[in-house]
Amino acid sequence: MAYKRADGRKFDELRPMEAKVGIIKRANGSAMFKIGNTQAIAAVYGPRELYPGHLQNPEKGLLRCNYNMVAFSGAGERVRPGPSRRSREISLVTENALNPVVDLSQYPNAVVDVFVELINTDAGTRCAGITAAAMALADAGIPMKDLVNAVSVGKVEDKVVVDLDYIEDSYKDGVDFPVAIVPRTGKISLLQMDGILKRDDIKELIRAAKKASEQIYKIQVKAIREKYSK
Amino acid sequence: MKSHLKEMIEKNLRADRRKLDEYRKIKIEYGVSTSAEGSARVTMGETVVMAGVKLDLGEPFPDTPDDGVLMVNAELLPLSSPDFESGPPRIESIELARVVDRGIRESMVIDTKKLCVKKGEKVWMIFLDIYPINSDGNLFDAASLAAVAALKDTKMPFVKDDKVDYKKKTTKSLPLSGLPVECTVHIIGDKLLIDPTNDEEMISEARLTVATIDKSLCAMQKGGSRELDEAEIESMIDLAVKKTEELKKLLK
Repeated sequence: MAYKRADGRKFDELRPMEAKVGIIKRANGSAMFKIGNTQAIAAVYGPRELYPGHLQNPEKGLLRCNYNMVAFSGAGERVRPGPSRRSREISLVTENALNPVVDLSQYPNAVVDVFVELINTDAGTRCAGITAAAMALADAGIPMKDLVNAVSVGKVEDKVVVDLDYIEDSYKDGVDFPVAIVPRTGKISLLQMDGILKRDDIKELIRAAKKASEQIYKIQVKAIREKYSK
Repeated sequence: MKSHLKEMIEKNLRADRRKLDEYRKIKIEYGVSTSAEGSARVTMGETVVMAGVKLDLGEPFPDTPDDGVLMVNAELLPLSSPDFESGPPRIESIELARVVDRGIRESMVIDTKKLCVKKGEKVWMIFLDIYPINSDGNLFDAASLAAVAALKDTKMPFVKDDKVDYKKKTTKSLPLSGLPVECTVHIIGDKLLIDPTNDEEMISEARLTVATIDKSLCAMQKGGSRELDEAEIESMIDLAVKKTEELKKLLK
């Protein structure tokens, strides 16, 4: 029988999205991005002085990201608080995804801290986090070439699907392929993949990710405009 | 020195006279530890990585009650490089362990059901630990090669009264249906580079690790903060797939 998505979406259909900028007053910049039941909030603090001092770079500021899932964010067991190997790796790939668009050359010895918290999770959390973080950086007025957003594409029962939810993400023999895209250039700043794939599938997956990214970009821009055109 | 290295790469030159897509000499030695259930040492030029497998019986995860457990860990020993420090695991070692882990896990070569002793109560746990001994670049490829070689080398220990008797090994191997291989391609300017030394790694702008099983891809990880366009990704994957064939032969 042909594969049908559990929530009735079309294969190239994203879950309903919501975005809002400036949700955390104390932060220099902040944003929320929700896609289906996955919800990320991001706050930016800085540029501020970087400690410990030996991490300081006199040539440019440092972008430091921290990804975390709150203890009650998962549908299953409680997530044990504090950094895990997984969350530290995601923090790293988030930095890598954002670094190509931010320009911190004006801020020697400084740090821009990006804190990403997942309030509720239904797969695609690193992608939602990156999408929220990019908006928060823009909200903080950090010099940027462009926004960044991310989406997970994949294969479930031989169908290319966009924006996998937890059921699809954990599907036996499924493929999860998170991609971050710089909208104006179409360049890719995050690329990971888990699952078994034919070499020739790559093209189709990247094409699907780019198409989805365009839709996310519109939501991002709209959310930023909403705050700044008042 | 960095700009000098970059200029060389632009002219397709490397300090050790290799081609840009050429691995250093690779040697795999099996059974390098007698206490481990399986072990291997990979020498890749000056880079040396050891991997060892310890097996134990333990409780399965509640959501996979009849699956054995694989745990991959890497420790960047201060012994192996002036750049590594002691202390809690740093992000470099975490990423290394997780990329090696995913290359193996996602290839599904380990039949975890066969590692179940008693459903919901007792399964085999595979502890796979990776240690660089001399770190001169390309730890990803060396570590994953050592890890897979160690799994291949593993012999199950005896079980007596539900306890593992580590003194004697059986002749039984792990239930492995294949050997996944990881190959990492670096990009510098518009040049693709295989198996960088430590010095070359310092000028790498981005890397893509591609894990393959048989003719399929099973995991990927991009590293470094340069963005890539689609054509670059395609050519990096193609080169990785091509070079994987050489690594596969070494594991035979």
